[in-house]
Amino acid sequence: MKRQDDFNKRRDHLKNLSDEELKDRFWQLAEKIVEPMLELAHKNTSPSIERSVLLRMGFSSIEAQTIVKGVMDRGLMPKGAGHVVYKLALKKDIPVRDAGLKLLNGECWDEVQTLFEGGTK
Amino acid sequence: MKLDMNEKINVKEILNDLENYRPKRRGWVWREEVPGLKMGPFEFKNCSAPLKNSVPLPSAKYFGDIDPQPEYTITTEIASGRFEDDIRRMRMAAWHGADHIMVIRTAGQSHFDGLIEGTPQGIGGIPITRKQVRAQRKALDFIEEEVGRDINYHSYISGVAGPEIAVMFAEEGVNGAHQDPQYNVLYRNINMVRSFVDAAESKKIMTWADIAQIDGAHNANATAREAWKVMPELMVQHALNSIFSVKVGMKKSNICLSTVPPTAPPAPCLHIDLPYAVALRDLFSEYKMRAQMNTKYMESSTREATVTHVLNLLISRLTSADIQSTITPDEGRNVPWHIYNVEACDTAKQALVGMDALLDLVELKTEGYLPEKVRELKERAVLFMEEILEDGGYFKSVEDAFFVDSGSYPERNGDGIGRKINGGIGVGSIFERDEDYLAPVTAHYGYNNVAQYDEYCVDNPAELIGGGTFEEPDKIIYIDELDEMDNVNVRMEETKELREKNIVKPEVEWLGDGVVQFDLFLPVSKRVAEAAALEIGKKMGLEEVEVIHREIMHPAEGTRVQVKGKVGFSIDLDSLVIPPEPEIMSDDEIREDIENNPFKIVCATVGEDEHSVGLREIIDIKHGGIEKYGIECHYLGTSVPVEKLVDAAIETNADAILASTIISHDDIHYKNMKRIHELCVEKGIRDKIIIACGGTQVTPEIAVKQGVDAGFGRGSKGVHVATFFVKKRREMLNEN
Repeated sequence: MKRQDDFNKRRDHLKNLSDEELKDRFWQLAEKIVEPMLELAHKNTSPSIERSVLLRMGFSSIEAQTIVKGVMDRGLMPKGAGHVVYKLALKKDIPVRDAGLKLLNGECWDEVQTLFEGGTK
Repeated sequence: MKLDMNEKINVKEILNDLENYRPKRRGWVWREEVPGLKMGPFEFKNCSAPLKNSVPLPSAKYFGDIDPQPEYTITTEIASGRFEDDIRRMRMAAWHGADHIMVIRTAGQSHFDGLIEGTPQGIGGIPITRKQVRAQRKALDFIEEEVGRDINYHSYISGVAGPEIAVMFAEEGVNGAHQDPQYNVLYRNINMVRSFVDAAESKKIMTWADIAQIDGAHNANATAREAWKVMPELMVQHALNSIFSVKVGMKKSNICLSTVPPTAPPAPCLHIDLPYAVALRDLFSEYKMRAQMNTKYMESSTREATVTHVLNLLISRLTSADIQSTITPDEGRNVPWHIYNVEACDTAKQALVGMDALLDLVELKTEGYLPEKVRELKERAVLFMEEILEDGGYFKSVEDAFFVDSGSYPERNGDGIGRKINGGIGVGSIFERDEDYLAPVTAHYGYNNVAQYDEYCVDNPAELIGGGTFEEPDKIIYIDELDEMDNVNVRMEETKELREKNIVKPEVEWLGDGVVQFDLFLPVSKRVAEAAALEIGKKMGLEEVEVIHREIMHPAEGTRVQVKGKVGFSIDLDSLVIPPEPEIMSDDEIREDIENNPFKIVCATVGEDEHSVGLREIIDIKHGGIEKYGIECHYLGTSVPVEKLVDAAIETNADAILASTIISHDDIHYKNMKRIHELCVEKGIRDKIIIACGGTQVTPEIAVKQGVDAGFGRGSKGVHVATFFVKKRREMLNEN
């Protein structure tokens, strides 16, 4: 879009605001703009987020990469990759790390799919 | 491991047992301001606690070697591609006042979907990996003890692997990071939805680890065609990232705005940049300012870059800064070299200390152009955000190329960067969380159904798994190397000799790179000079000769050229003849000698030379000069003909002549020395009189070749001259 500088016309509703009022308006607008993005982040996850969860659960970056790929391939991302590992560990009554290593070895994937009743809601 | 200032840092030892190393602290640390700090003869208003060990500015020797440190954190950016060599540079920078070490990532890392492991060599930066981060943080843990001040370590949490990098940084004790989803969207073409979803998680992790955040708004400066016109937008970008971070939970005092004065000379930069700096500090009064220097207009002249940077520092002093970033003045021509990192730190320290208490002297105007312009910029920014909302929100406005348009908003030039909501890298990689979504870890943002397993763990989801790596660092899985050929061990093996044998090679960034730089003037036009300079470099035996800077002195009369090249040899240090440091006798010993045998000199600045400071420093009692030992000094003044000086020596029956010359055009200083010697021979007093000459351009060995008994160069003090007189007289007495 091309547009001439029409600042003097546009600013009409701002010119009588005090500096404090202008600053308040600045921050109110900023808040309003980011609200939908915060909501999106609240509701959604991503491969990197899920890998970061697995890192925090004690998996290496390479392990996290493979597990998250497996989770994605089976439509289980909406459950959380950490959740998949955690639920398997509970089911088998084994440490979380051992559960993750089983998945890494290609084991137990059918089982986790059953645990989550086949994937997404 | 404790560092010894007389020993090089042992990088091999740093790399040793890294698997078990844990950082000694977490979180960002600000300098401790000490108002009214007394150092040497001065009192400072805007300085921080002094360092235990440091290298002061070159002129410090005139002020009792003081090294006052400004109150702002000082940043230096270090990343040559080899992290092991960067460690040595970090130590040098810390000694010159840097306490924020920023590590630039290798080209392309922001598009790397995951963490990089091991220690591959980088391009224009280093691959940020756990091993590299751990090694550098470990080195800094020792360096900060050596200098006596905490050092913040910093890199980037951006790209498509942001949250993973954030976790690794939190685990490894990284203290600061760039994090701004707008950067991904605008400059890295990463899908905008993915960027903001990831950013929330990254920021939550940074908040837990108390990592200070720097945003990416300054990139609009560097990108927009007319950078000074994007000022309203810059404030919008700062605001969006700041408020997004606050909403995620980050404290405002950890949110730093990356701000750059948008213009540089020959633009009237202060007139344009200062109102912007003021507007920003008004609107963001609760946030921190990371004042960065301007890079957009940097050409290959290090002098020009330095002057622009000093003007940027003036803006900081006239307004405020919490972090003062520095740009190396050679960034316009190569990946920064060691010496320029140090120069940049010194430029900041020198200018900031020199402008200490500036606001006691001047204040910003509250009427007229400045406040009017400030108000205008703020209103333009408000209008910008109003239109974002009218247009349908942030994502829509990015699609419509609102950002980085070179028009001063609301003016639009139609050259902004547009991105599609369903485009870019990582598009379609967002998954909506189900009702039973779970992430059993600390510092996770957003919906997390922990209660389905244990409602007592809702505030501490990691309790479900008995603690994650944030609580139990031993759970971190450390990967050493993945590539057998591209790693630090292979590289260090190649340079082993330089570390283990007593040899040395010149270096600008990597141990043994062999790069040298030289300056020359050629009395020909620019293009001819460039070609001739390359030939000169080759004839000097250099390899890979390149012209790195050229500047017209006059279109026909001549050109200044800077050239770099590589030397293929190294120097065997065992074969060097190193002259001993000048010996000095104790004050008491000199005084006793003079008391027993009085000593008289005649002295003057000779030739057409009005400089008297150097000589007065050597003789005056109040400067610690030789008078204090009881030496009788007959000072004849400045611009004294050499004949007059020799005649005065005869008349007063002096033991010695002390002559000073600063001016060295056409070697006049050495010619004068020779003449004094010859006159003394002619007049028959040479065997009875001592002749000593000094000056800033005097090389002692060359002076002696002129026939005089001693030469004293830059840095000489009264005690050196007095010691020489006493020793020389003893020698002469022995000979007789």
